[in-house]
Amino acid sequence: MKFPFRIAWRFLKSGKGQTILILSGIAIGISVQVFIGLLIQGLQSSLVDSTIGNASQITVESQENNGEIFNYQEKEEVIGNNVEGITEMSPTLTLPAFISLEEEAESALIRGFDLEKAEGIYGFREKIITGRLPENSAEVAVGIGLAENLELEIGDTLEVFNFEGDQGEVVIAGFFDIGVTNLNESWIVSEIETAQSIFQRDSITAIEIQVEKVFEADRIGEEVQALLDDDVKVTNWKDANQDLLSGLQGQDISSIMIQIFVVVAVVLGISSVLAISVLQRSKQIGILKAMGVNDRSASLIFLFQGLILGIIGGFIGIALGLGLSYSFMIFATNPDGSPVVEIVINYNFIALSFLIAVAASTLAALIPAKKSSKLQPIEVIRNG
Amino acid sequence: MDSILTLENIDKVYGSKIKTQVIFDLNLSFQPGTFNSIIGQSGSGKSTLLNIMGTLDKPTKGKVLVEGRDTGALKKNDLAKLRNEAIGFVFQFHYLLPEFTTLENILMPQWVKNKRIEPEIQRRAEELIEVVGLEKVKNNLATDMSGGQQQRAAIARALMNRPRILLADEPTGNLDSETSNSIYRLLKDINKEFQSTFIVITHDKKIAERTDRIIELKDGKVYTDVTQK
Repeated sequence: MKFPFRIAWRFLKSGKGQTILILSGIAIGISVQVFIGLLIQGLQSSLVDSTIGNASQITVESQENNGEIFNYQEKEEVIGNNVEGITEMSPTLTLPAFISLEEEAESALIRGFDLEKAEGIYGFREKIITGRLPENSAEVAVGIGLAENLELEIGDTLEVFNFEGDQGEVVIAGFFDIGVTNLNESWIVSEIETAQSIFQRDSITAIEIQVEKVFEADRIGEEVQALLDDDVKVTNWKDANQDLLSGLQGQDISSIMIQIFVVVAVVLGISSVLAISVLQRSKQIGILKAMGVNDRSASLIFLFQGLILGIIGGFIGIALGLGLSYSFMIFATNPDGSPVVEIVINYNFIALSFLIAVAASTLAALIPAKKSSKLQPIEVIRNG
Repeated sequence: MDSILTLENIDKVYGSKIKTQVIFDLNLSFQPGTFNSIIGQSGSGKSTLLNIMGTLDKPTKGKVLVEGRDTGALKKNDLAKLRNEAIGFVFQFHYLLPEFTTLENILMPQWVKNKRIEPEIQRRAEELIEVVGLEKVKNNLATDMSGGQQQRAAIARALMNRPRILLADEPTGNLDSETSNSIYRLLKDINKEFQSTFIVITHDKKIAERTDRIIELKDGKVYTDVTQK
């Protein structure tokens, strides 16, 4: 093993121009592969994040519309103790109602939360633009769109009512902007107790859940359903976002196609340069064989060249790919200075790219290695 | 004494459609430690014969016995091992590896053996370098030497594994007469010192006359075979 490696290394070192040529080929190929891969992944995760990052990914609701869920603390505990992969869980009492200030009235959605728990999903604290979150009972925060429509101000007292005859009064503590117009125009956020006292009940309407691996929401949802009675239904974001999912899948496939073709081009490049190098070094191979190098070692010389090129080229390629990704984040920015696509370094993906570089280069060396193995010393010696 | 190398009824035919026979039913055997020369006009089959003796080429018919072993019955890897351990080659062209230094080229047969270079081996290589007079250029790349130096390095390399048989095909064919004289003196000394069997092809009758035995080939057959005192 040592001997073919030694020869391989020296062949690479002495043919510097050729070696640099192949290395650049591998490095550029792998860097494009890494960059495209990371870019698409970043694009997808920011797309997914903006779609469902601040929303319930798995929702436990009553079978009936706006139906009640009783003993919700118990259910929360059962879910929390038995299902893995859940990051956030928050009960909510959400019901439509009308609000009025003096003459004007508007329909709204009263969202009673355990604000401590809901913070993990919605991040209200950062989204308050004036005033503060509700702290006392009978306090609410109002979406900025709704506030503008009704010309509300902090400290105003709103009347809340519905057709069932529930009613109550709340005081505005602050305004929030959660970035989605129709939510800003309808949501009124309060502590769960506030909502419960308005609608005169001690139940809730839903338990909202976020999970660590968003694409496993359907599987985790099933687990949750299995734990609970049939009077509740469990939905997940994937069911509600089929279009987004098929879009993501399409992106995945095109990204993989690009990566495959890049790797194929790299393999062909290495293979052809190494094949030429076998021809160039046929004299050396011939004399080595005359000196007693067997066919296996003769082919190993070229396999090792492929392996060494793959390892070094892979390293350079990954460094270049990461450099490209970083510069893309720095130079391709939105007007507010944030990157167009937030690229996340996925170590598994990078390790895979490295393995692909090494495997592809070694594979590319197979044909030259076979040639080297078949070379007869007598051909070289007879023909000079 | 048992012969170290024996050729029995060797035929060699080239080509498959148009057949050209270059060696005809040839029988030869060589005694250990002797210095033999093969002469003959070009096309007489000298080089072909030497390549067959060195197991680089296969005879169409007949047997090659190296130290009593029938090389036709050996597997490819065993043949490679036999070449590495028992036979040294010097060709008309030196065939040094240009990627390596003189010293490394001379150590190459040991590397092929996959042996670690022990101090004793290193010493042997240094000794050989001294014998062929290349101390000054031992760390030069093979390409940074004169033709004569390169050929001497090739001789040192051929001797590195202490082969029992050394085959040389016009080792001085590309060199001027002065250099070629010094190389033959060197070969002669080495033959005495290491007691290897030398079989050298040459077209130079004067050189042949200084060897123990002169075999002249003509049209693929032994024309004369003279052992000198």
